[in-house]
Amino acid sequence: MGRLTVNNVSRTFYKGNGAPTIALSDITLEIKDKEFVCFIGPSGCGKTTLLRIIAGLDTPTSGEILLDGTKISVPDAKRGMVFQEYSLFPWRTVIDNIAFGPQMQGKNKNESLKIAEKYLGLVGLEQFKNSYPYELSGGMRQRVAIARALANDPKVLIMDEPFGALDAQTRNILQHELLEIWRKNNITILFVTHSMDEAVFLADRIVVMSARPGKIVDIIDVDLPHLRDRTAPESNELRNHVLKLLAKEREK
Amino acid sequence: MKINIKNAIHNRELEAISLLTVIVMWQLVADLLVKNKLFLPSFIDVVLSFLKVIKNGALYTDISVSLLHFLIGMFLAFVIGLPIGIIMGWFKGANHIFDPVIEILRPIPPLAWIPFAIIWFGLTHQSAGFVVFIGAVFPIIINTYTGFKSVPVVYVEAAKVLGCMRDQNLIRYVALPSALPSIAAGIRIAMGVGWMCLVAAEMFGVSNNGLGYKIWWHYHLHQMDFVLVYMLLLGFLGLLIDRVFRYYVDDRLLKWRLGIVM
Repeated sequence: MGRLTVNNVSRTFYKGNGAPTIALSDITLEIKDKEFVCFIGPSGCGKTTLLRIIAGLDTPTSGEILLDGTKISVPDAKRGMVFQEYSLFPWRTVIDNIAFGPQMQGKNKNESLKIAEKYLGLVGLEQFKNSYPYELSGGMRQRVAIARALANDPKVLIMDEPFGALDAQTRNILQHELLEIWRKNNITILFVTHSMDEAVFLADRIVVMSARPGKIVDIIDVDLPHLRDRTAPESNELRNHVLKLLAKEREK
Repeated sequence: MKINIKNAIHNRELEAISLLTVIVMWQLVADLLVKNKLFLPSFIDVVLSFLKVIKNGALYTDISVSLLHFLIGMFLAFVIGLPIGIIMGWFKGANHIFDPVIEILRPIPPLAWIPFAIIWFGLTHQSAGFVVFIGAVFPIIINTYTGFKSVPVVYVEAAKVLGCMRDQNLIRYVALPSALPSIAAGIRIAMGVGWMCLVAAEMFGVSNNGLGYKIWWHYHLHQMDFVLVYMLLLGFLGLLIDRVFRYYVDDRLLKWRLGIVM
């Protein structure tokens, strides 16, 4: 199961001179098992902070996060994460990168490699098994990063603008592949993005956030079946709606 | 590709010509201008002396004794410097404990430690090794520390979300490999400094052999051709050690760094 409950989560950062910045203010959100939720909003709206808190990399100033009813505070293998910047270990080959998680779970070398092979196949990079990350293109690196996160068999996959650095073409391809993976693996996905198009194409629900203090402005259900037509009227309508919401936030 | 090979051959020729020119000039200056073996032994004198030390076997003893001193020093510098650098770089606050001590000890020239080396260890191999150690330990500490300080946060966080939580595992699987290029550079610098300390470490006579010791011994006998043989040997061996290290570390251990701009 991968049901996440975010209860009244706030996060305040203090600058050197003690001045507080409220990154998140009283966020409450319920995410169902196997749901695909996109977070969208202007830069500085705290969407990355929220995801980092859910991953356990940051602690909320107040409030709590529950995974299937159990409070979580530190990272563990049930929540995988894919970062915006390239986070593969450059000193490990592709297969060893993917095997890292299982290895840390105490599985032996052979077992870990076997699991890694499976997920390497899932992202279609078998022929790059023994390559080092510097030999891969940006899109391939993020594929490996996804495989590495999945190799721990997480219930929740947290993705912080994973395709942000990629060109539009590669981005579209990876969005398709991600949907495929999501369906096959029965996981909950939390996905931060800047791109309206990406959110409308991928999400079951879109969480629209505002900046300073970071708050949820609206949660939009996307009731369109996958695979969606990016240029269909329904898609356009949704994009329009979100754009207007964000524009309104900017005016404030 | 063809042009490259051509260039490479061309460069090799240039290097050989350069070296030959220096040797010929040296020989001519020594024979025609200086005409005094004490002031400047000629190239041929040096080659003949070199053959002598090979023949009487002194060379092998000297090299092995010097390498022994060097290895004692480098080994100690590594097993003491690396953990200190790791602790300073990884644990917040540890830096403030070690840093003042290190900053006070570091500027003391290694050779200034020789009197204490003799008092503490006597005229032993360990004593020479100690001087090498003093020269080598600080570059290792500082480069390890720097390497650990500059581990990208994203690697640590990526490891944490993959279930690698304990300090000892994060150090072993993330920080150490990430810092390895910096540590390797530190060891190279340390080997350079340690090698330079070797001559001074041996000159006070911890043993009747050793490349550094022999320089002084032959000096006292006014055999400057032998002095030059040992000087050149120190140079070549230093170069060789550096090359071997670079070959193993850069080409094998750090091959993942290809294409990474640091």
